[in-house]
Amino acid sequence: MNRITARRRHPLARYAVLLLALGLLGFSYTLVAPTSERADAAIASGRADDVAEGKKLFQQSCASCHGLNAEGIQGRGPTLVGVGAASVDFQVGSGRMPLATLGAQAPRKKPAPWVNEDTIRQLSAYVQSLGGGPTVPTAEQVDPAKGNRAKGGELFRANCIQCHNFVGAGGALTQGKYAPELTEATPTQIYEAMITGPQAMPVFNDSIITPEQKRDMIAYIIGLQHEPNPGGAGLGRIGPVTEGLVLWVVGISLLVLAAIWITAKKRQAQ
Amino acid sequence: MSHSTAGVPKPIAGPSAYLDDRLGAGNFLRRNLRKVFPDHWSFLLGEIALYSFIVLLLTGTFLTFFFKPSMEHVIYDGSYEALKGVGMSAAYASALEISFDIRGGLLMRQMHHWAALLFIAGMMVHMLRVFFTGAYRKPRELNWIIGVIMLSLALFEGLTGYSLPDDLLSGAGLRITEGVAISLPLVGTWITFFLFGGEYPGEDIIARFYSLHILLIPGVLLALISAHMILMWVQKHTQMPGKGRTNNNVVGAPFYPAFMAKAGAYFMFTFGVIALLGTFAQINPIWLFGPYTPADISAGSQPDYYMGFLEGSLRLMPSWEINIFGYTLALSVIIPALVPLGIVMTGLALYPFIEQWITGDRREHHVADRPRNNPHRTAIGMAGITFYGLLWLLGANDEISWTFHVSLNWTTYVGRVLIFVGPVIAYIITYRICLGLQRSDAAIIGHGVESGVIKRLPHGEYIEVHVPPAEDIEAHMRGKEPIPMISGVDTEPGGIPPKGLRGPIGKLKAKMSKAYGGEKIPLDDGHGHGPAHDDAGEHAAVGATEDKSITH
Repeated sequence: MNRITARRRHPLARYAVLLLALGLLGFSYTLVAPTSERADAAIASGRADDVAEGKKLFQQSCASCHGLNAEGIQGRGPTLVGVGAASVDFQVGSGRMPLATLGAQAPRKKPAPWVNEDTIRQLSAYVQSLGGGPTVPTAEQVDPAKGNRAKGGELFRANCIQCHNFVGAGGALTQGKYAPELTEATPTQIYEAMITGPQAMPVFNDSIITPEQKRDMIAYIIGLQHEPNPGGAGLGRIGPVTEGLVLWVVGISLLVLAAIWITAKKRQAQ
Repeated sequence: MSHSTAGVPKPIAGPSAYLDDRLGAGNFLRRNLRKVFPDHWSFLLGEIALYSFIVLLLTGTFLTFFFKPSMEHVIYDGSYEALKGVGMSAAYASALEISFDIRGGLLMRQMHHWAALLFIAGMMVHMLRVFFTGAYRKPRELNWIIGVIMLSLALFEGLTGYSLPDDLLSGAGLRITEGVAISLPLVGTWITFFLFGGEYPGEDIIARFYSLHILLIPGVLLALISAHMILMWVQKHTQMPGKGRTNNNVVGAPFYPAFMAKAGAYFMFTFGVIALLGTFAQINPIWLFGPYTPADISAGSQPDYYMGFLEGSLRLMPSWEINIFGYTLALSVIIPALVPLGIVMTGLALYPFIEQWITGDRREHHVADRPRNNPHRTAIGMAGITFYGLLWLLGANDEISWTFHVSLNWTTYVGRVLIFVGPVIAYIITYRICLGLQRSDAAIIGHGVESGVIKRLPHGEYIEVHVPPAEDIEAHMRGKEPIPMISGVDTEPGGIPPKGLRGPIGKLKAKMSKAYGGEKIPLDDGHGHGPAHDDAGEHAAVGATEDKSITH
């Protein structure tokens, strides 16, 4: 005892105490906090046994890149602690995860065979249980019929088109990254993308764009997906690039053929 | 027409005689209706532009009935659901009205836009035809200049036209226009404030562009088109080399009835293609782009294709700028805006004169060159096309990157190299191809055409029978002339060159003249005998020494 008290005025002693206190605090927090959060998450995202099922799924299909406890692996996959159920629903539901190959960005593809509503819910519950995060929006929050298309269009033009293009046709970003086209995105996925900010996309949280505004934007984007092209073939709706291509390939070719046809019969000098 | 009134029924003969007595038109028509026009498909390409212009005038007039060239702020209340209640300019609202609420409005808008694209494309292909066949040579240099001016005006006409609807896409173009104007040294700010009537975007630009677009530029274009046509009529059209065609005649069909029927049919074709595109292919869907606000910009914003080369040069340019005495010279804007445009347009305008200066050729030319027979010109043209085409292509580098999954950055890096290397490669390849084609012509003239008939001689040798080329093809090939050179370029080393070829510029001129001019592959050289004095036109197919000469 004397030996310890003798060094209580040692220059390093205050740091040792601080470290001890932080350690104690952290230890006690891990004892108390996770249990309550796990329960909360389980209630928020499904049944309690979903978490256990989700963990199994995670360890089979996700852990090779994201780590056994979703802590992330340097150079392969980021930690999933705190990304929330919305992220899982978006990434797995749109087929982006699990990743087929490492690239600049995960492309949308047909989901893996084991992916269905139940497995997504279980996986989401597990990831939600790790550290909370944004949850999957309700059906009412994303109902396009309840949104205002015109208002949504204005918000869409102000916030989205610099990457996703006027008509959601997608666009290139730097170094092989890109903003995907929005032609296949579901209302829920659009909402989830805004609150989770997948890949190169920034997060549009509720203080930047309110849930109601998000619904307006969803109404606009879904409206675009279903909008017919009154002027004929849409040509990908990307404007002058395909229009110019059609002009030269179709217009000029047709007229050159017509010119050749018209002048096929020539007069010879007598 | 007095000379053939004998069989004309009275109701026609009466009024035409009345008109003839007062207008004296009969004489004029008799002289001009029989004007001969040479036949070649490529001679019709310019008419694409002419007829598109007529469609532009007609559809454009329809659009002016309903378009409101005003930047007054209105709240949209038309039938397009997704913009209801959105604030926009009256111009944009009226363009939406034309698209959705006026009968036939969308079709007219689309035909107008397609006709505009076709107008400029027609001018471009026509210009390339004139360039590659050397049809700009004396006496047609001035008509060539008129063409270059029309092309430049058409680009500006297009820019003012697609800016009018005041949609978000065209607004991006307008912003670049402002950026270019303001980057001009010394006068930039003043010009910008003058053009936009104050701070960008102001409230004047649409109305000003409207006046330019529907009045001034079309008026000037119409005048220039008339001048272009009259000059063509008076100077007569060039003709391709062929049987009986010389610099002193024109072989072809008379204007009336043959050429008129052809031209009329071609007008119908052009109108038809425009109507077809306007009906089945959506163009410039402004309702999807939304109204213009300077704060918004979309991915994949490109100008119409004829402005694409300027977009490309802007995208390729590194972000350089110079600061002098507190003033900024934005090289990253001013160079891409002015240098490629300057190279292309000035190069086009000056080419006939530069060629004349180098070849010393002051003769009149009415027979066109085949592109292969002037390899340097053709190669320079292809280098120009490559330069322009690369810039044009890279104006869409984001769409390329997106469609083909390549890195956007790499399209820029590769483009920065290609824009300098590409034209050189194109030049060399084209030059070699031209010489190759000349050799193939020489081989046909010298040896005839392979007939596909294999003959076995008594001693066992196999030969393929060559037959003389068809008369018209041979005449076409024999239309080749050596490219003139300035006299005196062949001065011996140490000798005294003629007066104009002394000094550094004179020496350069002599060198260029020697390279550019002359006969690269003479038609009959090295092939000794034409099929005419060859016994039955027969040549050994394999192993015969004389055939080696084809590949020299």
